[in-house]
Amino acid sequence: MTLVYILVLTVFALLAGWAAPRPWRGWLLLVGSIITIYWLQPLTPIRNLDFWLPTLSIALTAFVWAVTQAGKLTTQQLVKQGSFLTALVISAMILGIALTRYLGPLCCLTPTRPPELLKVLIALVILWLGVVVLNRLTGRRILASVAVLLIIGLFIIFKSDQLSQLASKGLRSISGQPASLASALDLQWLGFSYLAFRLLHVLRDYQTGKTMPSTLGEFVTYAIFFPSITAGPIDRSQHFIGELRKTTTPTETGSRFNQADLVQGSQRILWGAFKKIVLADGLALVALGQTNASQVKSTLWMWVLLYAYALRIYFDFSGYTDIAIGIGIFTGIKLPENFDRPYLKQNLTQFWNSWNMTLALWFRAYFFNPLTRALRSRPQKLPAWFIILVGQLSTMLLIGLWHGITWNFAAWGAWHGLGLFIHNRWSEWIRPRLAPMETRPRLSQALRAGGWLVTFNYVALGWVWFALPNISLALGVYRKLLGI
Amino acid sequence: MNPQITPRNGTNVPSIDLRFFRNVILKALALFLVVNLLFALGDPSPLLGRISAYNHLFPGRRRLPYSDNPQQAYNLSLYNLDAMFASHELVSGPKPAGEYRVFLIGDSSTWGFLLPSDQTLAAYLNSAGYTLADGRKMRVYNLGYPEMSLTKDLLILSRAMRYDPDLIVWPVTLESFPYDKQLFPPILQHNPGPVRDLITRYQLHLNPDDPYLIRPSFWDRTILGERRDLADLVRLQLYGGMWAATGIDQYIPETYTPRQEDLSADLTFHNLQPPHLSSSDVAFDVLKAGVKMAGDTPVLIINEPIFISHGKNSDIRYNFYYPRWAYDDFRRLLAEESSTNGWNSLDLWDAVDNTEFTNSAVHLTPKGTAQFAHQVGQAVLQLAGTVK
Repeated sequence: MTLVYILVLTVFALLAGWAAPRPWRGWLLLVGSIITIYWLQPLTPIRNLDFWLPTLSIALTAFVWAVTQAGKLTTQQLVKQGSFLTALVISAMILGIALTRYLGPLCCLTPTRPPELLKVLIALVILWLGVVVLNRLTGRRILASVAVLLIIGLFIIFKSDQLSQLASKGLRSISGQPASLASALDLQWLGFSYLAFRLLHVLRDYQTGKTMPSTLGEFVTYAIFFPSITAGPIDRSQHFIGELRKTTTPTETGSRFNQADLVQGSQRILWGAFKKIVLADGLALVALGQTNASQVKSTLWMWVLLYAYALRIYFDFSGYTDIAIGIGIFTGIKLPENFDRPYLKQNLTQFWNSWNMTLALWFRAYFFNPLTRALRSRPQKLPAWFIILVGQLSTMLLIGLWHGITWNFAAWGAWHGLGLFIHNRWSEWIRPRLAPMETRPRLSQALRAGGWLVTFNYVALGWVWFALPNISLALGVYRKLLGI
Repeated sequence: MNPQITPRNGTNVPSIDLRFFRNVILKALALFLVVNLLFALGDPSPLLGRISAYNHLFPGRRRLPYSDNPQQAYNLSLYNLDAMFASHELVSGPKPAGEYRVFLIGDSSTWGFLLPSDQTLAAYLNSAGYTLADGRKMRVYNLGYPEMSLTKDLLILSRAMRYDPDLIVWPVTLESFPYDKQLFPPILQHNPGPVRDLITRYQLHLNPDDPYLIRPSFWDRTILGERRDLADLVRLQLYGGMWAATGIDQYIPETYTPRQEDLSADLTFHNLQPPHLSSSDVAFDVLKAGVKMAGDTPVLIINEPIFISHGKNSDIRYNFYYPRWAYDDFRRLLAEESSTNGWNSLDLWDAVDNTEFTNSAVHLTPKGTAQFAHQVGQAVLQLAGTVK
């Protein structure tokens, strides 16, 4: 995201959150979010795909809403809550963006020229017919399961190089482009990782009866909210919609938010932009990467590059989060925190409670807890350590694969899964032995410092898997780090 | 208008109003204008250029910074001469007592295009470990820069002279001589002040008001106007880390388009026509200025090796750059000018095998550079004294 994007989104958020009357805010946030997913969508070489992918984001969101929400409401209720009007607005927005095709050189919203109007009209008919059909179908829990599988399937395709390339071949054949030029890089879908996890969370909550009723407009705004579509955080729908209602409901204070919000939002945006553009982009020049991994001559410099990478990835990701939270504050919506000084933590468990917190919470709620519950409730009693090992290893493997389906991301996940397990066992063993030492403050201090040193270096060493594209290159870096 | 007190989230905080906004914007604008004004008036770029992590945190570079591909070369092209020199190993400290200091100036073949920094002409001369009869060890510094223009060499020499050379070796080729090329390199265009000084001081046959020489506006001299140059200064320091870590300062592709063997039947050389080249057609005055600038320091001018084609139209041209008539005349003129002016010169135009050229008629392979270095080394020793 460039400084221009940040500026435009900030100004828009200020307009929506400060200048606009409260009843308009919901509409402005919806319209802004729709425009943003088309505007920020990366260019793809497959014809019109950079228009269809954002459209698919909206369609998936609308389908999930139909499965989880619309069935609870009658047609009259849908009219009353404005969901028909929302569908009309969304359609008008998509058609309006498609019409920029005819502006010729003035066209600036999508990376390439949008498709013909007729195709867009057909897509819209399919979209809303789909919503109507899903709304009328019975067996909603099965539908929710199908939707979960569909989203996971799409996720796997987009995160796996081989499957992406295969999908690209198919799409190229459909669009009459040479399949031989297909590449995994053809399929870049803005914010799909975050969108998918928001939708999966809603579907799982629906299956367990925890869904919060929402209008189509609220739901679409939640799923593709413009500050957090590119890099999270992954908010829970219940929290987000609550925040959205707070900011859109007229109150005595009218449309103004207070000075504290302005100051706090500005600070977060400026600090985030500084972290991303100055610190992270600066460190990127000296951070460990595919090219320099085999060029570095000495062990000392390899450590320098590794630490540079560790800091760079933190400043980059947390910088984006700060910007998203700051812009969110301007719109009147408090997004959840995603980082809490993770590199200062004294053990790996604390690190994972403070790094990409919303993703970790997601996996804890929808994978780790159900899995360990299931393992604990088996008739044959399994040892506690085994349940922890399986739970942590599989959770971290999945978190690794969330970044991309490669051996290296799996290795990174396994590294952290094993690290968490070892820390868990170590904590169990050391806790009773540490109790007598609490009276010796220097020793406690030294142990805390030692814990920080080990944790930071363990995490930094784990980034080797994450930063490099293949196992052999990563092993080469480890050898150099050890001076072998 | 006083800020209103509005309860929110259980705390009392002042609400935002237009006055607050106006004050923030006005103060920020005033601060921004003052800082930019001071920057434009003070012109701190040379001072900023001299602040360098090289030779302190990182080792100095073996050649001046230059790259079209910074991310892979860990190097970049910039126009701040102070920063360029500050990043070079030449300025790592005072000249050691036992050092016989040789500066190599020249074009991309001297800089070492497509050659690692330890396989350039300077590197081969250093690895030969020459020692003079008086015991001083010869240390050669690579001050080449990949642009073909004698005026660019002159500009670099003017900076280098403050570092007390004992000998200057100046490999040249005819392509650096035409007047239409003299002010073409961006490094000259972005250093108009020093270039104008050189033109007037040495009465060069160049126009000090040439439109190539950029006249920065007030706006260009502000922080905003110089933001790219300032960012380049920071990037140069950051790439110092990668230079120290890898020793890489140039991206060398595995394959490249080789120098042209088959040539066009074109007889012209720049805007010059056959049959003869005269000394006033090309910039011998710049060469003369270089020797004058060196003062008592001896200068060895070398006509550097060129690729001699045997392909189509090789009866008309030696290579992509040179029609035979122009190059033959240039060699004759260089010899005559050297004799007339008492210059030390050496013609090594055919000293390197044809197979040892890479992507142009003047870029050499490591083996070709070693052949060239051997001959240059002998000439330097002759000029400097006897081998111990």
